[in-house]
Amino acid sequence: MIMYLIGRVLQTLLSMLVVISIVFVLTRLSGNPVHLLLDVNATQRDFDLLTRHLGLDKPLPVQYGIYVKNIVQGDFGKSVLSRRPVTEHILERLPATVELGVVAMLLSVLIGVPIGVYSAVRRGGVLDSAARVFAVLGQSLPPFWLGLMLILVFGVILGVLPAGGRGGLQHLLLPAFTLGYFTSAAIMRLTRSSMLEVLGTDYIKFARLKGLHEQIVLWKHGLKNALLPVITFAVLLFVQFLGGAVVTETVFAWPGLGRLILESITTRDYPIVQAGVLVLSALYLIGNLLVDMLYSWLNPKIRYRSTAG
Amino acid sequence: MAIAYPLDDSVPTRRWRTLVRHVPLFPSLILVLLILTAVCAAFLAPHSPTEGDIMRKLVPPAWMARGTWDYPLGTDRFGRDVLSRIIYGSQVSLVVSLLAIGVAGTLGTLVGLIAGYRGGITDAILMRLTDVGLSLPTILIAVVLVAVSEPSFRNVVLVISLLLWPRFARQIRGETLALKEQDFVALAVVAGRSSAWIVSRHIFPNVVPTLLVICTIQVGYVILLEGTLSFLGVGVPPPNPAWGLMIADGRGFLATAWWITLFPGLAMLLTVLAVNLLGDWLRDRLDPKLRQI
Repeated sequence: MIMYLIGRVLQTLLSMLVVISIVFVLTRLSGNPVHLLLDVNATQRDFDLLTRHLGLDKPLPVQYGIYVKNIVQGDFGKSVLSRRPVTEHILERLPATVELGVVAMLLSVLIGVPIGVYSAVRRGGVLDSAARVFAVLGQSLPPFWLGLMLILVFGVILGVLPAGGRGGLQHLLLPAFTLGYFTSAAIMRLTRSSMLEVLGTDYIKFARLKGLHEQIVLWKHGLKNALLPVITFAVLLFVQFLGGAVVTETVFAWPGLGRLILESITTRDYPIVQAGVLVLSALYLIGNLLVDMLYSWLNPKIRYRSTAG
Repeated sequence: MAIAYPLDDSVPTRRWRTLVRHVPLFPSLILVLLILTAVCAAFLAPHSPTEGDIMRKLVPPAWMARGTWDYPLGTDRFGRDVLSRIIYGSQVSLVVSLLAIGVAGTLGTLVGLIAGYRGGITDAILMRLTDVGLSLPTILIAVVLVAVSEPSFRNVVLVISLLLWPRFARQIRGETLALKEQDFVALAVVAGRSSAWIVSRHIFPNVVPTLLVICTIQVGYVILLEGTLSFLGVGVPPPNPAWGLMIADGRGFLATAWWITLFPGLAMLLTVLAVNLLGDWLRDRLDPKLRQI
């Protein structure tokens, strides 16, 4: 168990190092930001001065060493354009991304769990078939297109929901649904199979024999036991939302971290791109690590196997 | 060396024949149509996909009030025919997914075979690498990789392949591990065959069904990923008629010219749906163990 956890933590650190390296090498390989910052009248001297000031004159391995050291100390440098610390930019945008992720997760659980329970109870029924179509479609829908179609229907034609921007709950509905649609299908299937397993157990038969109301049997005795894998999965989904935030935030002009990264790519503001990708990736990797730990703790099969091995 | 083969020749042939006879109709029809469209784009498309008539911009689809059958699905803001662009766009989706899956599949299969057959330290190193690859947030990394390395057709294919190969490697390694323990491999070793011979002649043919299933399942994913990159402006560069790019183009005209956005998205949805249905079916037929992925 301990060995397994240590292995997983090391694995996560290694992945993080790979992300850091990818981002570093690529941002350095692309164009020189000094050209973008200086206007056409700048002399060679201005050019050299700024290059030295930004630390771009040092050899790449040295720049890399300094970069990793700074990251470990939590210093992401300053934005090339605004000259404000990158951390400020990130912290400004992070809450919006997290807010969207949380609402999307709740929405996909709220949609997925009840439909999953009912498709398990009425297996092969109309709702079960409809749910299967919903799941297959969910896998195949381009998320950015779904977002635009929702804007078209609810924002343009019906005019009931705003097409973009951040504000109250009505601003959250469309982006959260776009982000959560695909995963609500996955949650639905998971709830269905988990529920089918639970409903076949003796204690459910006993609860029915006892003459309990069917709704109580289903929701209290059944769902309570079927929900465990669903909850772990939902946490995992939230983590994946963070990685996919770039797309939804772009479609809905949502002022989150994903959009900040995309904007900074166009302005070649590397420090922000680097920090943004690192923060999102770190959240993603740590989230996955936590889910794995939770799983190994909940599932004795993994626990025993890793003690034996 | 007939003894080294687990099955005699006629059995796999019969297996493939039964397989072909039971192909599901709807998805295969869509796919055949798509491939024909891509191959015959030059004959099918009524207009040029990149040159527009600026005098006839934002013309609605034929069945609407100002529509005309010259432009069955309307035109975009440069007066380019939406239908022709969708027809040519199928080439982009098809070629990107074929190339990306070709590259990622070859690399992933090689890594999987070597790691699984060699075992030991080679396996440990290659699998750690695979785990790292699988743990990365795909879209985020793809966006940054393509954006920084200049969006181009080649870079899109390379970046998608780079993010895709671990999915192949992991699965193929598992298969190889199981096959390595089989008697026919032991016999080949006793017969003094080299490792390269054993892997290519005895192990590889037996992982082909699994490989085929992974390839099919990943096609839909690659098309969506390419679409996403193009939509974000870090994919196939304009004026190429990539579906994702068309959808991005139509974004500013949702209220006035929704057809620019709607139709390419429908084309993408149908294609991915067909591939996914076919992939699910193939998996159930050939390799039910893969159900979890």
